[in-house]
Amino acid sequence: MAEDTTVDAAPDVVDDGVAVTIDGTEVRARKGELLIDAAERHGVYIPRFCYHERMRPVGMCRMCIVEVDTGRGPSLQPSCMLECTPDMVVDTTSEVTRKAQEGVLEFLLVNHPLDCPVCDKGGECPLQDQTMSNGPGESRYIEQKRHLEKPIPISDLVLLDRERCILCDRCTRFASEVAGDPLIHFLHRGNHTEVNTFPDEPFASYFSGNTVQICPVGALTATSYRFKARPWDLTQTESTCQSCSVGCRVAVQASRNEVLRILGVDVDPVNWGWLCDKGRFDFEAINSDERLAAPLVRQGDELAPAGWAQALRQAADALSGALDSGGPVSIGVLGGARLTNEDAYAWTRFAKGVLGTDNCDAQLGDGLPPEVVLGLPRATIDEVCRPGGTVVVVGPDPKEELPVLFLRLRHAVVEAGATLIEVAPARSGISDYATVTLTHRPGEVAEVVRALVGETGQSSDLGGADASAVGRARALLDQADGDVCVVLGRPSVAESADFVTDAASVLQRALPGARFLSALRRSNVHGALDMGLAPGLLPGRVRLEDSGAEFAEAWGAVPATVGLDAHGMLTAAAEGRLSVLVLLGADPLADFPDRHLAERALATVPTIVASDLFLTESSARAHVVLPAAGFAECEGTTTNLEGRVSVLGQKVTPPGTARSDWMIAAELARLMGHDLGLESPAAIWDEICTLAPSHRGVTTDLLRSTDSDAGVLVPLEREEPAPADVDSTDGVAAEDVAEAAVDQAAADDTLEAQAAEAEGVAAAAEQVAAEEAGELAEEAAADGPVEDGAEEAVASRGPATLRFDGIPAVTLAPRDAYSLRLVATRKLYDQGTGVQQSAQLAPLAPGSVLRLNRYDFERLGVEEGSVVRVASARGALRVPVVVDAGVPRGAAAVYVNQPGLAATSLVDAAAAVTEVRVETGIDS
Amino acid sequence: MARFTPENETVAREILSRYPVPKSALVPLLHLAQEQDGHVTRDAMVHIAELVGVTPAEVIGTCTFYEMFKMEPVGRYLVNVCTNISCMLMGSDALLHHAEERLGISAGDTTPDGMFTLEGVECIAACTEAPCLQVNYRYRTNVTNESFDSLVNELAAGELEDEIPPHGTLARIRQHIPADRAAGVAPPDVNRVPVWMQTAVADTESPAGSEAN
Ligand code: SF4
Ligand code: SF4
Ligand code: FES
Ligand code: FES
Repeated sequence: MAEDTTVDAAPDVVDDGVAVTIDGTEVRARKGELLIDAAERHGVYIPRFCYHERMRPVGMCRMCIVEVDTGRGPSLQPSCMLECTPDMVVDTTSEVTRKAQEGVLEFLLVNHPLDCPVCDKGGECPLQDQTMSNGPGESRYIEQKRHLEKPIPISDLVLLDRERCILCDRCTRFASEVAGDPLIHFLHRGNHTEVNTFPDEPFASYFSGNTVQICPVGALTATSYRFKARPWDLTQTESTCQSCSVGCRVAVQASRNEVLRILGVDVDPVNWGWLCDKGRFDFEAINSDERLAAPLVRQGDELAPAGWAQALRQAADALSGALDSGGPVSIGVLGGARLTNEDAYAWTRFAKGVLGTDNCDAQLGDGLPPEVVLGLPRATIDEVCRPGGTVVVVGPDPKEELPVLFLRLRHAVVEAGATLIEVAPARSGISDYATVTLTHRPGEVAEVVRALVGETGQSSDLGGADASAVGRARALLDQADGDVCVVLGRPSVAESADFVTDAASVLQRALPGARFLSALRRSNVHGALDMGLAPGLLPGRVRLEDSGAEFAEAWGAVPATVGLDAHGMLTAAAEGRLSVLVLLGADPLADFPDRHLAERALATVPTIVASDLFLTESSARAHVVLPAAGFAECEGTTTNLEGRVSVLGQKVTPPGTARSDWMIAAELARLMGHDLGLESPAAIWDEICTLAPSHRGVTTDLLRSTDSDAGVLVPLEREEPAPADVDSTDGVAAEDVAEAAVDQAAADDTLEAQAAEAEGVAAAAEQVAAEEAGELAEEAAADGPVEDGAEEAVASRGPATLRFDGIPAVTLAPRDAYSLRLVATRKLYDQGTGVQQSAQLAPLAPGSVLRLNRYDFERLGVEEGSVVRVASARGALRVPVVVDAGVPRGAAAVYVNQPGLAATSLVDAAAAVTEVRVETGIDS
Repeated sequence: MARFTPENETVAREILSRYPVPKSALVPLLHLAQEQDGHVTRDAMVHIAELVGVTPAEVIGTCTFYEMFKMEPVGRYLVNVCTNISCMLMGSDALLHHAEERLGISAGDTTPDGMFTLEGVECIAACTEAPCLQVNYRYRTNVTNESFDSLVNELAAGELEDEIPPHGTLARIRQHIPADRAAGVAPPDVNRVPVWMQTAVADTESPAGSEAN
């Protein structure tokens, strides 16, 4: 809402406001504040239907009408359309107001069916509630009401009962104003007005579920919730959505130990009350019959149910055996992004402190190196979406992978004057809102970014981007008001992460004030990295080589050498160098970009131990399968892409004997003769905020305090910026100084960072330095957020925490003129278990097609939709081909993890880019 | 079901060029579609959506708001008999009844030969000459049963082709805007926040004691 931004930006100072009298009490309203908001802020709730604080007012319903005197005598005015003016006198309870509101309600009820007993909204319905509080006691309407077909589907997820609709325009405004998908609209006029879609063109928006939540009557209902429960049967807990890393705050509602509904909770820095449909509706997977409810152990070709004791013993024996024969390096732990922070910490401690292996990776080769994710100056969503700011998106399609971040970015551009520059291998869902989209050839993103910031690159043609577009984008960057923010992720899993890392180096160098928002997608991947589930890392964003000694003291031991990442582990497994592979909710066959490698790894490794919610393609190959507790089933905390830690709520019990992953880690440690001493998520968190440098001071009390509804940004000195003045506060200046100082302090040990392959535990001298820094950090943390001066800031940020200092430019072999480069991206709905196990969402996965530019398509000389053969050095697939103008010439685009095609079997994870040839005549 | 013909697509693009904000062209484009097919087809709405850059739902929302846009086929001649108060007082009920009998259909229907659609409508603003009707929005006033019959005969015989074009054609003269006088694209901040919402700095308003009106 345009007003919102100004209101938010205005500091809450009273003398900037205006005095208004509401029901006899004089209060201060902010300048330009709507009367309905001012009244609510001062405890007077004016009834309403159409007004929604996250959308523009329209004055459709007239329910909020109150008597207002602006000096010309009292008159009735809709308070949602009226800005407070000095000396306004408002009476929300006068006889005139009361009669007017009664009249509005009587008219609304004329056409309302009053079928409350069979209406999902009954019990939480603003129309019911406000009829009781502000309506006429009785109806005078005895005539026939209108009759329309009872609910009609307007999408696969949402049904519409037009009889109940009061035409408040909330759903339609949401669709066009917030989601940018105006697929529902008012049709007809007057008494015949109805909400509807174009015939046969459903309301297929990723955000359609929000309309169900904001509809003030039972006109819009969700297929998954219809007739399931009454509001008074439900109990609720607040939690954080675990379907992607945006971390939207949700209310989990359940009845009789079954989750029945997820609603969005409005937290200002993150989701503003909105959810995407995946986050809202994939809770059905929690209740799925296919959930693992008991451990399974392999007997020959079969997985047979077993008791926990037997399964854990078998897993522990396999791990002990591996330690005896091949040592710690023969064990790998893959995955962990689904886990809570506490689970991830327990697993890190088990893997690194007990097993002694550093082969841990929460990412599956489709992310970015941890020093890039954690070691760049980080931005919050609010900073990225700052009104009037400039943001560069180098990463995946936010609409597909981080949907509510897409909503925030869209709002920033459309409503708050932000400038968005997109660098992507093909047009994406955000391209419509980008001021400039620069499409790069796969593998040449850094070239485009170089051109964007005015550095000379290696390629003569700007990485495939249009020169005039690059020029425009450069001009926009030059004119940027305040520091630029960068949304950084992997645009395509068919090209190496090095190119994005290279691009990040360029941006960091050229835009020293830039802040970065990670666009890694998996729910708690940032928490898992914070907790040290990556090679060379330890909890608290520190490197093994810097902080190994401290952790060795606390844990008893740490790995002697830096281990392997996902690609390294799978390669080692495929080459027979791993004895045990632990899968922590990871499905490398589906998610690792190189399916052939994953296949070979899983086929070769002697023992696979999997902890999972479902028997996935990968966990079905395990030797021991341990059923884990998932979302809404366990307590703990999670960390979103900003580094914001929030509290997860438990609402139901896990199925059967499934249990939390931290328990599994602790049990396995115990069976191997180590007591981790971890007894509850709370106890684990206490240990985390004592040991992990970045998490010092983030106590359970702080997390659970009422001020922390939105979560706590870690580390603590990272202040929550006021959106409007991030670029002008002293805090940022101090930070700059601090960073300059850190630069010097860390100058010596930066180079090793990238070459972190086979380093031992860091040298003693460095240890001393790190420890000193740690102590300083502790002191600073004890004093709370640092205020005075750069020195403490240096200490509290700590030279030991991870920093990214750029990499040398990556070069790419010239393009083969006959082949196309593969672009492999994700869709919101795919083969993931959350989607597939939710009956409503599973059919929405779009399936597989190969998308080509018209030019490349026409060279093939085939019909749209005909099946072609796509071949890479790795393999070949048959897939229907279609024209997509958003794909640049020379590229071939596919979606990964879709039904009907394992697109990742084309990709070689070791190659810089994946080149494919597309051939017709597949029958021969 | 028809999209715009190539000729009409050219006309449509010219119409679009007149408006700085493409959405403003919705109504003229709907008229163009109705002129082409006699009613607004679904495919035409999809085509308009593509040309204007909106969704088909937004087009149908606009289209259904106006009674003059027909989403189902109507006869070559759409006969609208006014039934509002002045005309009613002057005998429009009887006239409509007569029209139904003469055409052999009830109000709201179309003759099987596709020549006539009959409708009773609200006031068409010719009350001084009541009762009155429109044929494809061309007026006939002080209508009697006899004058109605002869009107129908003349229409059926094609004698009024010059005066009354088939349903959908508003005018036979089309305004032509040369390319160099096109409006051009609006700057991006047009059509964001409606003007009426941008007003209102409180303290400039309503000096106390301003006289009421
Ligand atoms: S369906 Fe609900 S939200 Fe949409 S206009 Fe009707 S009452 Fe409002
Ligand atoms: S955007 Fe992500 S966190 Fe938010 S509701 Fe969707 S899946 Fe959940
Ligand atoms: S809430 Fe103000 S008019 Fe609807
Ligand atoms: S009442 Fe018939 S034209 Fe006005």
